[in-house]
Amino acid sequence: MSQDTAIGQGGFWRDTGRTGIGSWIFSTDHKRIGLMYLYCVLGFFLVGVSLGLLIRLELIAPGPTIVTAQTYNALFTVHGVVMIFLFIIPGIPASFGNLVLPIQLGARDVAFPRVNLLSWWLYAIGAVIVLVSLFTGGGAPDTGWTFYVPFSARTTTNVSLAVFGVFVLGFSSILTGINFITTIHRMRAPGMTWTRIPLFAWSLYATAWVQVLATPIIAITLLLVITERILGLGLFDPTRGGDPVMYQHMFWIYSHPAVYIMILPGMGVISDIIPVFSRKPIFGYKMIAFSSLAIAAAGSAVWGHHMYTSGMSDLGILVFSFLTFIVAIPSAIKVFNWVSTMYKGSISLEAPMLFALSFILLFSIGGLSGLILGAAATDIHVHDTHFVVGHFHYVMFGGTGFAFFAAAHYWLPKYYGRRYKEKPAIVGWILMFVGFNVMYFTMQVLGMEGMPRRYYDYLPEFARLNLVATVGSWILVAGIIIVVWNLWRGLFRGEPFTGNPWGGATLEWSIATPPPTENFDEDPVVTHGPYEFKGAGVP
Amino acid sequence: MSHQEKDSFGAKLGMWLFLFTEMLLFGGVFILYSVYLNRYPKEFGLGGHQLDLVFGATNTVVLLTSSLFAAMSVTAIKRGAKRLTLGLLSVTIGCALVFLCIKYLEWSAKFHHGIYPNSPKLIAGPPGESIFFSLYYLTTGLHGIHVVIGGILMTWTAVMVQKGILNSTDNVTLENVTLYWHLVDLVWIFIFPLYYLIL
Ligand code: HEM
Ligand SMILES: [Cu+2]
Repeated sequence: MSQDTAIGQGGFWRDTGRTGIGSWIFSTDHKRIGLMYLYCVLGFFLVGVSLGLLIRLELIAPGPTIVTAQTYNALFTVHGVVMIFLFIIPGIPASFGNLVLPIQLGARDVAFPRVNLLSWWLYAIGAVIVLVSLFTGGGAPDTGWTFYVPFSARTTTNVSLAVFGVFVLGFSSILTGINFITTIHRMRAPGMTWTRIPLFAWSLYATAWVQVLATPIIAITLLLVITERILGLGLFDPTRGGDPVMYQHMFWIYSHPAVYIMILPGMGVISDIIPVFSRKPIFGYKMIAFSSLAIAAAGSAVWGHHMYTSGMSDLGILVFSFLTFIVAIPSAIKVFNWVSTMYKGSISLEAPMLFALSFILLFSIGGLSGLILGAAATDIHVHDTHFVVGHFHYVMFGGTGFAFFAAAHYWLPKYYGRRYKEKPAIVGWILMFVGFNVMYFTMQVLGMEGMPRRYYDYLPEFARLNLVATVGSWILVAGIIIVVWNLWRGLFRGEPFTGNPWGGATLEWSIATPPPTENFDEDPVVTHGPYEFKGAGVP
Repeated sequence: MSHQEKDSFGAKLGMWLFLFTEMLLFGGVFILYSVYLNRYPKEFGLGGHQLDLVFGATNTVVLLTSSLFAAMSVTAIKRGAKRLTLGLLSVTIGCALVFLCIKYLEWSAKFHHGIYPNSPKLIAGPPGESIFFSLYYLTTGLHGIHVVIGGILMTWTAVMVQKGILNSTDNVTLENVTLYWHLVDLVWIFIFPLYYLIL
């Protein structure tokens, strides 16, 4: 970091024996690891956004426009792989989790600092493997990020290497999960009872369990794809007695719970931000904490809703449909509690709060459209249409993506000792919000009207709405550019940020800014809950 | 909790969680096994009869013995008996090598008879049989990789015991590696009846 002097305020940026890049990529300090994750994750987000922009550009008008059909297949595959495995799964837990979790618990580091560093290395190595797979072998994979057999077993593109990269990334995710569970069990400061754990930490706890329990299934499934390609085992090949639907079962046994790896940490961020910017303690702390666990548990039993159209038994469809609706309950509890927290609060609409508020709205739209997909009758109509694409972007991008930016505006100044400018942050947020809805809402309408997903070309009657959606993508990206640029500039050059300007009551706001290497000069003793701050009616 | 003192309970908790993920990894294969067993019970029975019971049984005994010696090495190091610990660990590592040799003999005998993934003989035969052997090679191969990793870990801890880094007070690493070895053993306890003894 050549801007060291610009950051200036000391803390963990300064006091270390080593300097230069080695002081980062070999550091076991959770804050440095968190920042390394953050930069990688953000970098891949921007790569993924560029690819998304290209997808939308291709779809601006019917017929071929900017790329060939093969390139288009590679584009949506790589966009999906990058966004899912490199951005959104590690996004909040690995970056902000590492930055914030130990401090919120009153610990000096995570339970296994060296394993933590290993996780980051595995992430970096996995990412490099995925990137290499794009340019070597038979070219970028073209299977979609789900690697469905039989196509993934047959295509001549570089699927094996890409899948292996994802396998390594999964290993990294498992190790992070194990580390966080152990940290939360063993490293809490005296007085930090289970009901005094901040809700962000609670959400990471639930997430970590999903990471530990679900990721091994994807690991074996991915290994099976590789062996299928290399050795021709035939386990998923119907001509050899295998069953391709078994692949889908195994894939979604992981990937549906993985959706909660993606969204739970985002919910945790929101639960920490809303009370602080409403100047009120969180409403229903225990219900929020408990609903995280409930989501993690119930969310593990609903994978079949991805396969209504692939020839499941009617009873199976009924059961999975029922279970899917159950998951909506704990999610709705959270939304209800956030809204209740704001009721009669004195709300200050600063950047983190704006992103948090838009999270609630966009996540709710995404969740409600999820119910349309969860009901078998309606799903059969919109399955594999642009409605699905709209739905998961509302949840993943409108939800977790916006939570990611909320977290960035809320916590990063704490780690840099400098802050971004408020005005550009708000302008960027407005553009993102407007562009987002213009694009994805239009895509949902398109899907309702019958436009399939992953199609290179479409019928002329879809032309007008596709044009609207593509214009939306430009507004959205303009917003993203402003937000990222404003953060970047502000953190290195902005006004000093000291003390506790937001007025938070979690432990990270009680220590120096930026935090010193060991976080706490003296091990803290916790005497009150995480949301009992001044101005909240608590002395 | 201060950062200096070593939290051996925490270390073991982490290891248990990790072992859990390993069980789930094999669990994926066992799910496939049960689904396909349900679909092709006859072929699975016939396939099982073609596996060599003597090789399988010997390997079971070898692994169980190694697990016993690994467990004794933990007791030994806690008592501070360094030489004994090293001796017991060597037996464990020796058993791992014997296991791998037997596995090698077993596989090459099968290969010799034209039974290997994607072989013309399997492709020509009934689909259920090919599925059975695919699963057999997959599971035992994955298990074999774990034996190799376990052996390497054992050797690494033995070196640390030799150097005195692991000793009567600080030995949680040895305990964790032993736990891992028990897992390798446990998985085999499932593989043996499912593939060799079935029907
Ligand atoms: C400016 C931002 C983005 C744009 C313009 C964009 C655009 C698109 C479009 C048009 C598709 C449809 C491809 C198709 O079905 O033919 C798509 C698919 C997808 N997007 Fe995005 N997206 C953006 C951001 C994100 C984010 C933030 C995530 C993850 C959190 C994400 C994850 C995905 C995934 C997983 C797919 C599915 C790919 C597939 O169907 O295989 N996207 N995106
Ligand atoms: Cu799902």
